[in-house]
Amino acid sequence: MASSNAATHSHAHDHAHAHDDHHAPTGFWTNYIFSTDHKVVGIQYGVTALFFMLFGFGLMMMMRWQIAHPGEALPVLGPLLEKLLGSNMAGKGIISPDLYNSFGAMHGTIMVFLAIVPLATGAFGNYLVPIQIGAIDMAFPKLNMASFQLYFWGGVVMFTSFFVPGGAAQAGWTSYPPLANAIPTDGQTYWLIGMVFLISSSLLGSANIIATIIQLRAPGMTWMRMPFFVWSQFVAAFLLLLAFPPLEAAGVMQLMDKVFGTSFFLPTGLAVGGDLANISGGGSPLLWQHLFWFLAHPEVYVLILPALGIISEIIACNTRKPLWGYKTLVYSALMLGFISFIVWAHHMYMTGMSTKIATFFQTTTMIISIPSVIILTCLLLSLWGGSIRFNTPMLFATAFLPMFAIGGLTGLPLGFNYSDIHLHDTYYVIGHFHYVVAPGTIFALFAGIYFWFPKVTGRHMNEFWGKVHFWGSLVFMNVIFMPMFSQGMGGMLRRMSDGGINYLLRPELLYMNKVILYGAIGLALAQIPFIINFFQSISGGKKVTSDNPWEATTLDWQTPTPPGHGNFDRPMEVFRGPYEYSVPGHQTDFTPQNEKPKA
Amino acid sequence: MQIPYTSKPRPDTGLYNAKVGLWLFLASEVMLFGGLFSAYILLRTGHEGPWPRGWLSVPIGTFNTMVLISSSISATMAWAACKMGQFNRFKMFHGITLLLAILFLGVKSFEYRDKLTHYWVETKSGVVADGHLVKKTDTEVVLHGVRTSDAAVLYDRTSADYKKLHHEEITIPTADIKKISNYQPKLNIYLSLYWCITGLHALHLIGGILVFGYLWGPGSSMWNRDRERFTNRIEIAGLYWHFVDLVWVFVFPVLYLF
Amino acid sequence: MMEFFYKILGLPEVASTHGHKVDEFIVYIHWLMIALFFGWLVYFVYTLYKFNARRTKKANYFGVRNHFSTYIELAVVGFETILLLFLAVPLWGEVVGKLPKESDSTVIQVVAQQFAWNARYGGPDGKFGAQDMEFVNNDNLFGIDPADTAGKDDVQVLNEIHVPVDKPVLCYVSSKDVIHSFRVREMRATQDAIPGMRIPLWFVPNKTGTFQIFCAQLCGGGHAQMAGGRLVVESQEDFKRWQASKSGATLNFE
Ligand code: HEA
Ligand code: HEA
Ligand code: CUA
Ligand SMILES: [Cu+2]
Repeated sequence: MASSNAATHSHAHDHAHAHDDHHAPTGFWTNYIFSTDHKVVGIQYGVTALFFMLFGFGLMMMMRWQIAHPGEALPVLGPLLEKLLGSNMAGKGIISPDLYNSFGAMHGTIMVFLAIVPLATGAFGNYLVPIQIGAIDMAFPKLNMASFQLYFWGGVVMFTSFFVPGGAAQAGWTSYPPLANAIPTDGQTYWLIGMVFLISSSLLGSANIIATIIQLRAPGMTWMRMPFFVWSQFVAAFLLLLAFPPLEAAGVMQLMDKVFGTSFFLPTGLAVGGDLANISGGGSPLLWQHLFWFLAHPEVYVLILPALGIISEIIACNTRKPLWGYKTLVYSALMLGFISFIVWAHHMYMTGMSTKIATFFQTTTMIISIPSVIILTCLLLSLWGGSIRFNTPMLFATAFLPMFAIGGLTGLPLGFNYSDIHLHDTYYVIGHFHYVVAPGTIFALFAGIYFWFPKVTGRHMNEFWGKVHFWGSLVFMNVIFMPMFSQGMGGMLRRMSDGGINYLLRPELLYMNKVILYGAIGLALAQIPFIINFFQSISGGKKVTSDNPWEATTLDWQTPTPPGHGNFDRPMEVFRGPYEYSVPGHQTDFTPQNEKPKA
Repeated sequence: MQIPYTSKPRPDTGLYNAKVGLWLFLASEVMLFGGLFSAYILLRTGHEGPWPRGWLSVPIGTFNTMVLISSSISATMAWAACKMGQFNRFKMFHGITLLLAILFLGVKSFEYRDKLTHYWVETKSGVVADGHLVKKTDTEVVLHGVRTSDAAVLYDRTSADYKKLHHEEITIPTADIKKISNYQPKLNIYLSLYWCITGLHALHLIGGILVFGYLWGPGSSMWNRDRERFTNRIEIAGLYWHFVDLVWVFVFPVLYLF
Repeated sequence: MMEFFYKILGLPEVASTHGHKVDEFIVYIHWLMIALFFGWLVYFVYTLYKFNARRTKKANYFGVRNHFSTYIELAVVGFETILLLFLAVPLWGEVVGKLPKESDSTVIQVVAQQFAWNARYGGPDGKFGAQDMEFVNNDNLFGIDPADTAGKDDVQVLNEIHVPVDKPVLCYVSSKDVIHSFRVREMRATQDAIPGMRIPLWFVPNKTGTFQIFCAQLCGGGHAQMAGGRLVVESQEDFKRWQASKSGATLNFE
């Protein structure tokens, strides 16, 4: 690369530099499977994660059907399940409670660790961070490849666990002991091993992203000139880097509990049969919960931060004006990152928490809602004064705002432990977080896919079908998740394999299960245009007419389309902030970051 | 095309890429061992009944601590030698680090083996015996160690009561045995922590030895090709080594002394 | 007024004294949420309409120039602070900090198991028999010392917990196997039942009736079916009569 730093390298590598040079790869394997190019790795991540997302949704479709029709056989897929998983799991095509639990646990695990995070940080982060900061690749390309391989094999382990005797993990995505130890299936062990793979993958990936951002920014790309997307990835990567290791430690301990018969998480005096009958005891089930939520709370901000980053890019570009309060956004994201490490126990209010600890955690929880409010306010105010183009990415981005708001606001009654008494572990919680992750993060990811598709493939996705996809998804997401708040308020509990028919609930609450099922079917139908559009557009979409079809300012749009090996065809130097749209006096309504100032 | 700052530091951060990467890795490692140590604290403070003390040999632990600290010093010397361009000196110090690391693991495996032959036996008659296995047949178990009817004494082995116990050959008929177990992880929560923490630490050492071995052997050919980059590699390998050493400095008092 | 909001939110019946406070709290916080959401929604819809590229051809580089949003944010902070300092924290303090005296309350030991609820009362003498871990086994969940005479009149029941109305109920919640969660919706009472721990939970029932006990924590294949538990709130006399009929059933379930 011939930028200003090239000078430092010109002679050191003149001779015998074969193995550490950054050559364009050749051959199928190095091109597509073991590629070290950040763009290829990003695409690998993206495609794999999309398939997992579809799979996770498939599991959920079956669960929603079972909830709406407890005790009835699953149509079409039922007999298939019985064949694949055996008759004690899906006898007569009916999803047994055990199978329901493993679908639930795996839906959560897959969506969080195999779909959304890999898509948001693995795919978008990998593909965009280097090109947005003007780097030719990630700082450690080989580690990047290893990170994808670990992710892929972790996914394979998780997937295989469905077919081991006893079935996949059944103790929820939270895997609370002693239940996780008491369930007689190897699936639980597979889950732990899979998690160790995924954690290692995340660690490599996040260290790589941080190092890239610190080291490889192009000349002139100062911290405060970085697109907000890069900031969001930076903070998210730190969360992954620092929050995951304690869960890895916990995972190792739970694995030891399973394999060596230790009892880190098993108290003295358990009266359960089987393998647990003669444990030594002395452990603490709450220890696991603390270590788990120490990861899992920061993890939820890993789910939302990249989404906010994507949304910011799209909003700035499609309102044709700068983001309102860029600095405030950056500081809020950093604050969100810091505080997210000290709120974890708000998931554990009902575990017998003392007043002091509860006060601490509900205070921090309220504090963390403030930067979220600020970020959302900035994004909302950014719309004012714009000239808004409602293309598909922008539609998803605008819809994200109120959807995330519903999810975020319903987090507040959960954050106060006094109201959480009534709402804990009900469908209210399910509604809360799905509003943030599904019509929230998933919408942001859809927006990102439509937005950057032209850069990655050189072709546009079809706008008409994009809009069909958008309206279908928006309507049905709400049909699915809105009723959950009523169900939760009415007292319906989550993780009920029969949808709560055993509890004395008002009949209309149970009836909503049917409505939600129709919503889920509608949502599935609404994805069909997307999937067809996605694959069809790769070869048949409308060709882009310029390298910068959206007339955006950030460096990712200053590359050739699609970017070749090394990303840029000329040295990048940055002269201004990321969102110089509609600058008064400029002849176009956008001023790319690398455009030389006049004088 | 070349990724910048692979060996020269970036002027504004003052770091080359690998060093940033290593610091980040170490930050995550801090959290990993931090998680384990918090687990230790939580389990110990929440523990009912006596906590095992003095179950590990302090002299052996001290010796191993010395070994690791020396290896850290030699690792630094090796890097300094690289900086001064003295390849042979580097080879010597780096080799010493490697040998010390292996010595540490040797001592550790001796300790592990000792734990696996150390038995804890509770009898139906209420006596608890504890010692090394001498022999085990179908009808009886012979230990060399101590016995008492007050198991609490066996927990605190730094106490005077314990020191009063008489070491002898103890024969226990199989029929009288209520519970027999060597010092494997599941015997009690203390040993679980011991095996888990030292085991993970040992894995870190093994990883370090592989890297150090590579840099001493085949990897050292880079010295002729790109001296600066090789020196950097030695530096970050050394940083990692200091971290592993530092972890041990916490492990040692926590498990051996307190 | 409040009743209206309880309806709108779909809150179920309340039958304990502090339950009303929980409901009120939920309503207050929803006021904040609704105000924020609809306030912003009006702005949002208007903006999307007004600044549609079809209507506004040229964007304004500067956008919003006033600091109105800061006041909204400060208002949110203020409202949250009030809820936190004046309601949530002190009220939680009451729930977990100020346990009623055992002598004034109906004391019950609750032990969850897969997939049912066991409960034990001190019996007419109000005293529990001595308990020890070492007696715990599958037939003696509570680890009762068979030798202690105070335990002879203890009452032990499965899935049917009777309590007198208008008197504090103090439950010590635990579990014999995995984590469950003891939850009586109408009492607005929830407490995880964690093996190895014995966590107090209290409430004052103020309506008679039969209420279902929910298990609110995933506890295995039968979690959804763990719905057989009932909390029966009855008059003092009925309770006495019931207790007498059960006395002495210490070591065996009916
Ligand atoms: C991306 C994921 C994500 C995000 C961002 C959040 C955000 C928040 N969450 Fe959520 N949460 C989860 C994912 C997430 N959560 C998950 C997965 C669970 C369940 C895990 C499990 O048990 O399985 C959970 C559970 C959960 C609980 C535990 C509940 C229980 O089990 O009983 C709590 C309790 O405090 C909580 C609180 C909060 C709070 C206070 C926020 C705050 O950060 C929210 C702040 C945001 C706002 C306050 C919105 C601001 C709105 C406006 C400014 C209005 C704008 C209006 C318009 C645009 C119209 N969450
Ligand atoms: C990021 C996380 C995430 C996401 C995105 C989702 C998405 C969805 N979730 Fe999930 N969910 C969880 C995380 C998530 N969930 C967790 C952690 C739990 C708790 C588990 C537990 O109890 O332990 C849970 C539990 C949970 C429950 C409660 C189960 C129970 O308690 O019994 C329900 C019930 O309806 C549900 C429904 C849904 C639905 C309908 C969606 C939908 O929004 C799904 C939408 C997805 C799509 C529409 C697919 C789109 C796919 C494509 C477009 C693919 C295209 C492919 C190619 C181009 C190749 N989820
Ligand atoms: Cu018991 Cu769920
Ligand atoms: Cu949280």
